Amino acid sequence: MSMNNIGRVTRLSGDQLPELPGGVTFTGNRALMLEEPLLFELGSTDRCGVDLQSVPEAMDRLGDLARTAPIDLPGLSEPETVRHYTRLSRQNYAIDLGIFPLGSCTMKHNPRLNEKMARLPGFADIHPLQPQATVQGALELIDRLAYWLMTLTGMPAVAMSPKAGAHGELCGMLAIRAALDARGDSRKVVLVPESAHGTNPATAAFCGFTVENIPANARGRVDVDALKARLGPDVAAVMITNPNTCGLFEPDLVDICAAVHAAGGFVYCDGANFNANVGRVRPGDLGIDAMHINLHKTFSTPHGGGGPGSGPVVFSEALAPFAPLPFVRKTREGFELVEEMQARESADHNHSFGRMVAFHGQMGMFVRALAYMMSHGADGLRQVAEDAVLNANYMLASLKDIYTAPFAETGPCMHEALFADDFLGPVGLTTLDLAKALIDEGFHPMTVYFPLVVHGAMLVEPTETESKASLDQLIGAMRSVAERMLASPNDFRTSPHLAPRRRLDETAAARKPVLGYKAA
Amino acid sequence: MTTYFTKEHEWLRVEGDIATVGITDYAQAQLGDVVFADVPEAGRTVSKGGEAAVVESVKAASDVYSPASGEVVEANAALADEPALVNTDPQGSGWFFKLKLSDVSELDGLMDEAAYTAFLATL
Repeated sequence: MSMNNIGRVTRLSGDQLPELPGGVTFTGNRALMLEEPLLFELGSTDRCGVDLQSVPEAMDRLGDLARTAPIDLPGLSEPETVRHYTRLSRQNYAIDLGIFPLGSCTMKHNPRLNEKMARLPGFADIHPLQPQATVQGALELIDRLAYWLMTLTGMPAVAMSPKAGAHGELCGMLAIRAALDARGDSRKVVLVPESAHGTNPATAAFCGFTVENIPANARGRVDVDALKARLGPDVAAVMITNPNTCGLFEPDLVDICAAVHAAGGFVYCDGANFNANVGRVRPGDLGIDAMHINLHKTFSTPHGGGGPGSGPVVFSEALAPFAPLPFVRKTREGFELVEEMQARESADHNHSFGRMVAFHGQMGMFVRALAYMMSHGADGLRQVAEDAVLNANYMLASLKDIYTAPFAETGPCMHEALFADDFLGPVGLTTLDLAKALIDEGFHPMTVYFPLVVHGAMLVEPTETESKASLDQLIGAMRSVAERMLASPNDFRTSPHLAPRRRLDETAAARKPVLGYKAA
Repeated sequence: MTTYFTKEHEWLRVEGDIATVGITDYAQAQLGDVVFADVPEAGRTVSKGGEAAVVESVKAASDVYSPASGEVVEANAALADEPALVNTDPQGSGWFFKLKLSDVSELDGLMDEAAYTAFLATL
């Protein structure tokens, strides 16, 4: 039996684990662990939670397309509906419940001050089609956030409208494409290092480019010689992630950018990991031409179900004229949302590739991100990067004697620590088994099996918002799980044992997916 | 009938100028349970070292490169319904596609079984 420091029992020993005398409960619930039926099993089609007016006879213009069979939607009352989703949410894991060490995702705390600011009526209750004179404050906020994003990145232009990271990549690559078209250049190849994010090649392919891989070197960085050897008149751009997806800083970026520019190409940087650099490194100083910034990572707006995301893109001088519309401009009379391109108005934007979204972007996220920046200040943002890197290195240093740490000998990591499952090989267990065992410990597992450059990758990103106590608890669990896996491997082949569901058959789910709620 | 192997863990079995291509037992073990295999249609031209197929497992999606150049003459239709064949019989019924070789001399640089086994021992 373990106790806390004032003698309160904090953990039951094995023989005290709860078990119901006589077997199972009538409901299938285990006290506050609720067994929730599907919405369709819960409701019935003969009732309705709201009073709907009877529909007056109307001319039917659907012809053969009109539905004749009942639609069979389950009818639930308001409390039934509220309870259903609240009960389901209790089986979920969220950043408000515990550390969420999902590598590359930067699952940091979402400060409540951000939420307070986003709920101010002047931001929360406005509509994108309101006259601009009535939303001057909102436009000023967009302009100010844009200013700080440009300042923090050392870049002269920013597109605020992209709605998430991959959308930002698309924005950046469309601008590169527009810049190439403008000079009549039909370059087709985009080089993507192995250590880049998986969305990078997808974005390049979506824009019509041919993607070629550049290998990683033994230190987990871009193989610069291989990259330089491949540069030529057919290479449109290089998409690079920094820090890369092994959690490592790319030390040769200045050199890489210069070589790509000399060969007539552009450099796109995936800025998803900007959390490790903010306040310390400006991509503009490295020679980057375009980079997206995930406000929902670096700048603490909600993420992963609580979103939406927001992915502004900063541009170099060379790409700035091709940035998308709309943008906010400060005039003598106030702030103006420039929605259409008129050459006489703005020489610096007269090659815009067009519009990516119906309005101007994720206003609610802009408010939260600026609130985060202003509450931290310049010194605070610098400390964000420092603490994110410190926390990740604490994880790495505390685990590398048990876990295989592929690049630990090359020096400190950045904001995330990469492990591999080679150490589990002798007992026949894998990263998947370890991730499932962490669920029993009450943690959301780390990112698994990505990046592909190591065997059975485990990518741990603690973020700067975790305390030492919180890190120690995860480290303790990860050490204990690893030690027990090595000592009695058979106990872990079927983990998790304590979750609402045991190990799910991912193979059967992918090979023979059941997509209906009723057995066919 | 000779079987050749690549460092990318594809195998290629040659009968006359027709070669059958698949992934090795080592490759399927590394991938884990295969859930989808996208094989090239008959008539498509593939080149040595170029992407020819995609194999997707519960862990990852990987490109399968053609060990030689030529025209695809047959794709393994059975993989559409039963991708598990790649796991259970990778060097038999789990083959990916058959190729009419355009240049038999391309086979010279490939490994035989003994050389591939020795290569695996170095990984």
